[in-house]
Amino acid sequence: MSARVTLAVAGRVLTQVRRDHRTLAMLLVVPCLLISLLWWMFADLTGDLFDRFGPGLLATFPFIVMFLVTSVTTLRERSSGTLERLLTMPMGRLDFLLGYALAFGLLAAVQSALAVAVSVGLLGLDVAGPVWLLGVVAVVDAVLGTALGLLVSAFATTEFQAVQFMPAFVLPQILLCGLFVPRASMPGVLAAVSDALPLSYAVDAMQELGAAADVAEVWRDVVVVLCFALAALGLGAATLRRRTP
Amino acid sequence: MMKNVVEVRDLVVVRGGRDVLPGISLDVPAGVTGLLGPSGCGKTTLLRCLVGAQRVRSGSVEVLGAPAGSGELRTRVGYVTQAASVYDDLTVGENLAFFARVLGVDRSSVDRVIDAVSLGDHRDQVVGRLSGGQRSRAGLAVALLGEPELLVLDEPTVGLDPVLRRDLWELFHRIAEAGSAVLVSSHVMDEAERCHRLLLMREGRIIADGSPDEIRANTGTTDIEAAFLHLVEGER
Repeated sequence: MSARVTLAVAGRVLTQVRRDHRTLAMLLVVPCLLISLLWWMFADLTGDLFDRFGPGLLATFPFIVMFLVTSVTTLRERSSGTLERLLTMPMGRLDFLLGYALAFGLLAAVQSALAVAVSVGLLGLDVAGPVWLLGVVAVVDAVLGTALGLLVSAFATTEFQAVQFMPAFVLPQILLCGLFVPRASMPGVLAAVSDALPLSYAVDAMQELGAAADVAEVWRDVVVVLCFALAALGLGAATLRRRTP
Repeated sequence: MMKNVVEVRDLVVVRGGRDVLPGISLDVPAGVTGLLGPSGCGKTTLLRCLVGAQRVRSGSVEVLGAPAGSGELRTRVGYVTQAASVYDDLTVGENLAFFARVLGVDRSSVDRVIDAVSLGDHRDQVVGRLSGGQRSRAGLAVALLGEPELLVLDEPTVGLDPVLRRDLWELFHRIAEAGSAVLVSSHVMDEAERCHRLLLMREGRIIADGSPDEIRANTGTTDIEAAFLHLVEGER
C-alpha cells in the first residue's frame, strides 16, 4: 500500500468529476431537492412526519448515489483498459479502492453537508442529537455505497448490468431498513434479514439521532456500517485480479 | 550479445475451453521486434502473458530475467493495450501527471514523453476530443513515462494514416536505439520491413522467427506476406 498512489487515484477521480459538470450538479443538488420534496409532501399533514422520516432518508441518499456512481465509474475503468494498465504498474489493489473511497467519501461529505443544511436550516428538521454527527453518519453511508458499488462492478460486464444491480442490491435494503415498517414489527425472518443488511444500521443511526439521541448507540451503528464497508472493500480487492482469464 | 529480453517456453493458455496458446516458445532480443499474424491468432494473449495480465495454464515466461508479472517488473515494462487505456475525460497532461504519480517518476518525465510523441500542442486538450491517432499516442506516452527497458505495444498503428504510422515506427526505433527493447504486434504484414526481427504467428504458434531478410531467403519469397502464405501452405 502506498499513500502516494492512493492520493493520486483520489485526486484523479475528483478531477474527472469536476470536469463533468452535470454529474457534479446532480450529485450535490438532487439530494437537496428530494429532501425538500419529502418536506412538501408532509406539509399539509398534522404531526411530526417529516421529523420521523427525514433522518432516515438522509441516510439513504448518499448510499444510493455513491453506489451508482462508483459501480458505473469502476466498470468504465475496467472496460477502457485503464484498470488493466494500472494493474501492470506498481499500484496495490487496495490503493485503487481506497483512492476511490476517499474521493467519493469527500464528495459525499459535501453532498451530505448540503442536504443536512437544507433539512435543518431551511426545512426546520428537528434533530435531537448533534447536527455534525448527522453529517458523519451520512459520510459513512456514502463510503458504504462506494464500497458496495466497487464490489458489484466486478460482477457486471456492461454499464447496463451495473445499473441493474441497483434494484437488486439497493432496493431490498431500502425496503427492509425500517423506513417503512419499524424493524421490530417485521415478520421474524425479515427482521433477521434486516439485521444482516448494512443500510439498516445506517438508518437506525439516523433515526436515533433524530429522536432519542443516545450518542453511544449512534456510534455503535456507525461502527457496524464501517465494518460492512471495510468487508466490501476487502472483497472488492479480491475481485481485482492482476491476472484475468 | 546480452541475454534475450523475453524468453517464453512451452507456454499454454486456455481461454473459454480453447487452447489459445497450445505450447508456444519464443525469444525476444533487444531492438524492434514485430509480432505479426492475423487477427485472432493469439497475439494479444501472448502480450498479456508478458506483462503478467493473463492467467496461464503452464509453461514459463521470463522477462528481463524475472518471472513475468513479478513486482519488480512493474516499473521496468511499459504496456499499451489495443485500447489507448487513458482517461477520455482528462487532458493529455492530466493523464500523464496521474500515471507519473502512480509510477513514482518525476514530473519532468511528463514533458519528455509529450515531446517524444509530439503532443505538445495538445497537452491541455481533453483526450476524448483528440483524433484516434493522437489518442493512441497519448496512450503510448503513458507507457514511456517510466523509461521502461521493455515496451510491449499491442497493435499501436492500427487505423492510423501512413504519415503517422511512419512517424510512430521512427519513434519505436529511437526508443530501441536508446537501449529499450520494443515488441510491437500487428496484423498488417507490410509493417514487417520496419522491424529488426520478426515473429510470424498463426493459430497460437510461431511459424517463423528471424530478420525480414532471413525469412524471405528461407522461404524463397520477395515479401513477408508471400513468405507467410508459403509457410502456411507448407504446413498442410
